[in-house]
Amino acid sequence: MRSTLTSVWSLTNRFLEWFGNLGFFAWQVLRAAVRRPFEGRELIRQLDEIGSRSFPLVALAGAAIGAVLALESRASLVQFGAKAMLPAAIVFSIIHETGPVVTGLIVSGRVGAGIGAELGAMKVTEQIDAIEASGVNPYKFLAFTRIVACILMLPLLTLTADFFGVVVGWIANTLVEPISFQKFIHQGLAGTSFNDFLAPTLRTAVFGLIIGMIACFQGMRTRGGTAGVGLSATSSVVLSSLFVILADVILVKFILVFFS
Amino acid sequence: MMPEQDLLLAAEESGATAIESAGKTDAPALVLRGIHKSFGSQVVLNGIDLTVASGETLGVLGRSGTGKSVLLKLIIGLQKPDSGSIHIHGQEITGLDIDALNEIRKKMGFLFQHAALYDSLTVEQNIAFPLKRHTKMTAPQQRDRVKELLAAVGMEGDLEKMPADLSGGMQKRVGLARALALEPAILLLDEPTAGLDPITSDEIDALILKLQEEHDMASIVVTHDLHSAKTIADRIALLHEGNVLIEGSFNDLAKSGDEFVSEFLKRDS
Repeated sequence: MRSTLTSVWSLTNRFLEWFGNLGFFAWQVLRAAVRRPFEGRELIRQLDEIGSRSFPLVALAGAAIGAVLALESRASLVQFGAKAMLPAAIVFSIIHETGPVVTGLIVSGRVGAGIGAELGAMKVTEQIDAIEASGVNPYKFLAFTRIVACILMLPLLTLTADFFGVVVGWIANTLVEPISFQKFIHQGLAGTSFNDFLAPTLRTAVFGLIIGMIACFQGMRTRGGTAGVGLSATSSVVLSSLFVILADVILVKFILVFFS
Repeated sequence: MMPEQDLLLAAEESGATAIESAGKTDAPALVLRGIHKSFGSQVVLNGIDLTVASGETLGVLGRSGTGKSVLLKLIIGLQKPDSGSIHIHGQEITGLDIDALNEIRKKMGFLFQHAALYDSLTVEQNIAFPLKRHTKMTAPQQRDRVKELLAAVGMEGDLEKMPADLSGGMQKRVGLARALALEPAILLLDEPTAGLDPITSDEIDALILKLQEEHDMASIVVTHDLHSAKTIADRIALLHEGNVLIEGSFNDLAKSGDEFVSEFLKRDS
């Protein structure tokens, strides 16, 4: 019993210490962000790295979700005599929840691991020290640019997943029971407003903040050579995925309260 | 004692000469007073006092783990001392904010032990990195400056290579070129010959000597390589148990009669 309490206490302490350090890191990044120069060239490079290179994976995941939703939902809706609701079920599900969450988790995996490993390797090989020694703020040059790129790219990647999800959902549906794309979209968007579309997409900007912040933080505090780099990559993915899911629950409640 | 008086005394002790160039004072290039640094319960530096005059090269020797590299990182502000003061050309840097510290850093060049080249950038981009951020040079001017620096370290024609394609000695050369990019007044060299064969080590030593003559910089060279220290340093400081055990020319060390110093120098005899 005593040892269990000690373990819980130690775990709580470590968690609070991690949170405190993350808060201090966020403050350092924020302080660096408002100072010149604004590292525009590095930001564009990161937008390309995080956005363009995640595009194929996100598009593929969106397409797979669209296909699976069409196939799975059809059987259930036919059973309840609500076949006409299929386009709405697919579109609403993808735009509201599946598209944003799947995009968040895919970017957590691809980008989170990439940033964690890259910055971790730079840390253990003293490249971050070299940047600092040359009079360049690494919080701005390395962290701020990546975090902003994640924030800007997540909503765009979510739109990509949504688009491919809806299109492939329509294709999967049409293969079983032909329906024009125009009619599919018309039925899919019936009864939805712009807020239904806007709020869920924009909430992925928060996912981007979480992924960028945690991955940069884990990478820049790496210790212990190649093993440390591996650990940073893994912990970046695990922690950012965990916090994306957690944030999703909170933001869904927030959106339901303020945007419904 | 007032800091100004302290500095003047340090200048007299070191025999520092006045520097006429703009932006520099007649204070020594570098003055460290009472530097303490601990990591947890481990005391690494326990009251270090050192002075380096402009144009002078100080070799810092000592056993592994005596805080030689930590000393360099304190000087360039990568770590903060627990107590003590660091003056660069008369300006105290330990309490400076990041912007002011970055201004000071532009006057210093740092060669890391393993060169620490940015592995996602080419040789040219590595050397141009500080130029892009701290000068108003146009792209062709930057390229000319990079070529000039690469020629100075004997690596013309390697502009497009990636760091992973370079040998250890070549990486050190590129690291040295990058450290010299902004024409620093102070050059900090962390183990410049570590891990290199004797011939390449001699080449790096000769290169450092040549660059020091050409640029008239104050330099601090942290090394385990006694031969290298003897070749490139005007003065040696031997660290032991967190303090400067002895400071002077290599001959002063050889004549000291101290048991630890004799033991340390034995490998070179």
